[in-house]
Amino acid sequence: MIALTLACIVLLLGLAVAGAFVASAASGRTIVYGGSLGISAVSLLIALVSLAGTPSTVTLPIGLPWTGAHFRLDPLSAFFLTVVGLGSGGASLYGLGYGRHEHEPQRVLPFYPAFLAGLNLVVIADDAFGFLFAWELMSLASWALVMSHHREPGNANAGYVYIIMASFSGLALLLCFGLLAGPTGSYTFTAMRAVHPSPGIAALALVLALIGAGSKAGVVPLHAWLPLAHPAAPSHVSALMSGVMTKVAVYGFIRIAFDLLGAPTWWSGTLVLAIGGITAVLGVLYALMEHDLKRLLAYHTVENIGIIFIGLGLALAFGANQLPAAAALGLTAALFHVFNHSVFKSLLFFGAGAVLTATGERDMDHLGGLIHRMPKTAFAFLVGCMAISALPPLNGFVSEWLTFQAILLHPDLPQWGLKLAIPADGALLALSAALAAACFVKAYGITFLGRPRTRVAADAREADRFSLTAMFGFAALCLLAGVFPGVVIDLLAPVTQALTGTRMPTQLGVEWLSIVPIESARSSYNGLLVFVFITVSASLTVLAIHRFASHALRRAPAWDCGFPDPRPETQYTGASFAQPIRRVYGAVVFRSHETVIMPPPGSTAPARIEKHISDPVWDTFYAPVAAAVWHLSLVLNAMQFLTIRRYLGFVFAALVILLLALALWQ
Amino acid sequence: MAVIQGLLVQGVQMTLVLLLAPLLTGLVRKVKARLQRRQGPSVIQPYRDLKRLLGKEVVLAENASWLFRVAPYVIFAVTWVAAALVPTFATGLLFSWSGDLIAITALLGSARFAQALAAMDIGTSFGGIGASREVMIASLAEPAMLMIVLSVALIAGSTQLSTIADYMAFSAVGLRVSLALGLVAFIVVALAENARIPVDNPATHLELTMVHEAMVLEYSGRHLAMIELAASLKLLLYVSVIACIFVPVGLAQGYAAGFALYLVKLAVAGVLLGVFEMSIAKMRVFRVPNFLGAALMLSLLGVLLLFVSEGM
Amino acid sequence: MQHGYAFDIAHMLAGGLVLVSFTMLYQDRLYALINVLALHAFILAASVAWQAHIQHAPHLYITAAIALGFKGIVIPMALRRMVFRLGIHREIETVVSIGLTMLAGIALVALSMMVMLPVTAHADPVAREDIALALSVVLIGLLMMVTRRNAVSQVAGFLSLENGVNLAATGAQGMPLVVEISVAFSILIAFIVIGIFLFRIRERFDTVDLQALDQARGERQ
Repeated sequence: MIALTLACIVLLLGLAVAGAFVASAASGRTIVYGGSLGISAVSLLIALVSLAGTPSTVTLPIGLPWTGAHFRLDPLSAFFLTVVGLGSGGASLYGLGYGRHEHEPQRVLPFYPAFLAGLNLVVIADDAFGFLFAWELMSLASWALVMSHHREPGNANAGYVYIIMASFSGLALLLCFGLLAGPTGSYTFTAMRAVHPSPGIAALALVLALIGAGSKAGVVPLHAWLPLAHPAAPSHVSALMSGVMTKVAVYGFIRIAFDLLGAPTWWSGTLVLAIGGITAVLGVLYALMEHDLKRLLAYHTVENIGIIFIGLGLALAFGANQLPAAAALGLTAALFHVFNHSVFKSLLFFGAGAVLTATGERDMDHLGGLIHRMPKTAFAFLVGCMAISALPPLNGFVSEWLTFQAILLHPDLPQWGLKLAIPADGALLALSAALAAACFVKAYGITFLGRPRTRVAADAREADRFSLTAMFGFAALCLLAGVFPGVVIDLLAPVTQALTGTRMPTQLGVEWLSIVPIESARSSYNGLLVFVFITVSASLTVLAIHRFASHALRRAPAWDCGFPDPRPETQYTGASFAQPIRRVYGAVVFRSHETVIMPPPGSTAPARIEKHISDPVWDTFYAPVAAAVWHLSLVLNAMQFLTIRRYLGFVFAALVILLLALALWQ
Repeated sequence: MAVIQGLLVQGVQMTLVLLLAPLLTGLVRKVKARLQRRQGPSVIQPYRDLKRLLGKEVVLAENASWLFRVAPYVIFAVTWVAAALVPTFATGLLFSWSGDLIAITALLGSARFAQALAAMDIGTSFGGIGASREVMIASLAEPAMLMIVLSVALIAGSTQLSTIADYMAFSAVGLRVSLALGLVAFIVVALAENARIPVDNPATHLELTMVHEAMVLEYSGRHLAMIELAASLKLLLYVSVIACIFVPVGLAQGYAAGFALYLVKLAVAGVLLGVFEMSIAKMRVFRVPNFLGAALMLSLLGVLLLFVSEGM
Repeated sequence: MQHGYAFDIAHMLAGGLVLVSFTMLYQDRLYALINVLALHAFILAASVAWQAHIQHAPHLYITAAIALGFKGIVIPMALRRMVFRLGIHREIETVVSIGLTMLAGIALVALSMMVMLPVTAHADPVAREDIALALSVVLIGLLMMVTRRNAVSQVAGFLSLENGVNLAATGAQGMPLVVEISVAFSILIAFIVIGIFLFRIRERFDTVDLQALDQARGERQ
């Protein structure tokens, strides 16, 4: 099995090299994206088959001469390989149509398959060297893709921040693996599992893993690169970065925290819970303040990563207290959300890409009325918005429901940190879900509904059939996962079995296809029945209305309380829609304030309202660090201009100090 | 046979909530009118209003899309399904296990999502004002509701309404602080979600005071009839949930007694709501977040008290 | 854990006192604050009377009557007259927004639970929870004093703090009547002195806003 996956990866690397040569050709796009689609489909099938099987390993004599390269395909890897395969297949299909509009294909086509190869390789790596090599490959390939439109304003800065944060995450993971390697110094994961580090070392390793993997996933406060880099890349790459790469980062964290570290501790659960809750709420609040469609979606990814980390924190907390069934439920909820998010976030980015190609605009305040011009894209985007707002009977609701059920499970946990963190996280989760719905009413309403605000919005054209197929495929997957959640839960069972020791009760035998997370007397949810109910009620209503109500309908200008305004500028903009929420939360979270500049009477200058938002995370963490590094580099810069005598003096001083240290150590 | 009987009872429940909803709205209006020393419209006036609206022509804005026309059906169907999942005169109905309290809250959230999108469809500033205020109120009311669900579920050991009702009716729950906090918070959330004074005025015509009315401003004819009926159903749903959790008498004494007691509970709730609406003024829009924030804090306090100490 | 309904009512009244403390945090008008302060005292009186009933300690009835009479009727009436005669601006200015203040209140309840419940682990279960809730009332009263600018609302915070101390003392089943009467008298004297000072300050500076009064402190250079 694993040999087939490795073969797929080699093929992808070959495709990357080929892409460098055929990029300028007309069929280059078809070769690269079509090839990626085929390989991703094969990889997806392999992963699905291996999900229920036994782990398979292989060791190749490449890489470090005394270690070689180890690869392993166990249930956890198989699940994430499924997510990667699904996401990359969809993105490749989308790219077949979207790539037509790429002006510089030679900057995108060679790096795209390399990126896919890196994603797949991280998930099956079984030693630290291979993992980090694949991690860096993933980062570099995506950096090249982010910089593919480097002449557009802001993209160069985004690439710069991205490469710094990616290197930082690689460094943190390197240190973490170094700590985990223990006294034997062996880099293979099998050896790391056998080493039982002391609690202090384990704590440090977990924090480093959280920093390293978390910064790639986008947890607050390490998220700042995400909303800069994800929108800068081409749309199908944005979908891959938000939908798949962040999940691969989550895989890294799960592999270290649940597999390599051994038994979890309660305070690690508290830490992950706290970070997850804060990330969720801050992510969605930032998203609400945005008017750039792709940046809004990128900030929203931060929120969903927060929700995933809340589930992981619950699993750690319950695992530390010897409650494996509860830990299995928490882990299942987190992994279900991993799957859900990769599906609907990719769908939403595809829609944003379609809007970008059709109008050339990413700014919501220049769009509007697209539901009339791009009806199919609008419908698929609507399904994505409903799924991400956790509305039944779609899939977003199921993972959120499972997380709430996990929160409810054991109020008698002995540790105070958990007693306070779990209800607080429940409140934060509920708050983020409600704000997410608000965010997507804004995104969909301003972009697709209403009247077109500019010429380009009024002249938009529907997306091509490849993009539409990808979007509708993912939309159908959202509905299927929401209506048949038991299938997904049973597919996840081997993963939780391997990581926590138990699994959730088998779902496929439950009557009427409900899901029963603990026992049926306690709680159950039936997505299929809810869907059938809603359809039946709606049909009954339609029948009744047809039978008993008048059929007359007349089109007329909008009522608007008798004062209709023909100009579309009087519609709500994104900022006006978010104003009530900004006023409620913004003063605390963003230190936002509005200034109204009112010209004196008689002047013809327009009145302006300016809103000022400052990002507290940037001001507290990044700006001081950047300033300190700059200052340090300025001080050290003096070392560039010394005389030869000074340089010799440095060498002499270093030699003397080392000899002194040697003498004292003896 | 048991399945057929179960289906029949479930069907009766669904028809019942549909028929009783306008009656509750009419009762509240009558009580408010009487307190203002007016005669007021008859209690069955909402039925007449619905009939009249169904027979009228729909006037649709020129740039309304398919979403605007489909939304009333979606809102009504989803609210009806949510109302059908709440035990009114008996627990243990055939499909009550397909959705628990969290699912009911989320279903109402779907209805609100559809309503807000339909409001933005025409592209007038009224739709924008209604939708943006509605999502602001929902961003606080829904977490408060979920926290209340959490505290009730921690006490009763389940999120299924039937199980909760049975637990509250039969186990010696006693008076618990968390339940009292939950009840106060629930009443605040119910007032906010049903667009009642002090959060919103259901009878207003001034745009500065509108939230729900602004969202349905462009609707007419049969579409408006469905939305009005959905709003009445939502009120009935909230009253039923309060009755089911906090006053669960009569839910296990057979259908006839259960139904009679249910009617009594509805009447009491209608009178109390009317009296409350008459005795308090509507708040400014930006005091509503303080009001709902207080409900969220109270419900969070209720959950916290359950988590940190046993027996509270 | 189930106790009898006697303990349930005691819990309900203690929890009600915490609820009314939160309501006091929420108020932003002076007359409403004074009404809620009276309600606070009524609930305290009911709680103490109930403790008198289940502990069979008749001297606690006198405490309840003092709470009802002084803190429930006399003091709120006096405060209302003071506000009227001083012509104090009838809205309360807060240092931080009401939402944040209530969030801090929740954190204080959590803190008092964290401190009190492990410490009293071997005590009577009724007294345990009552003491933890009483500490919450005390801390919320202090929070009110810290986050309000108006002198009258600070007095309200102080009185609610004293109510919390009373609740703790009666819950602990051992407060003799003599202590209660002396404490009540000292509160009364303190109240009269504060009232006299407020009038004097008002005559001198035309305001009782603490921020404005800050200008008149002696140490400014």
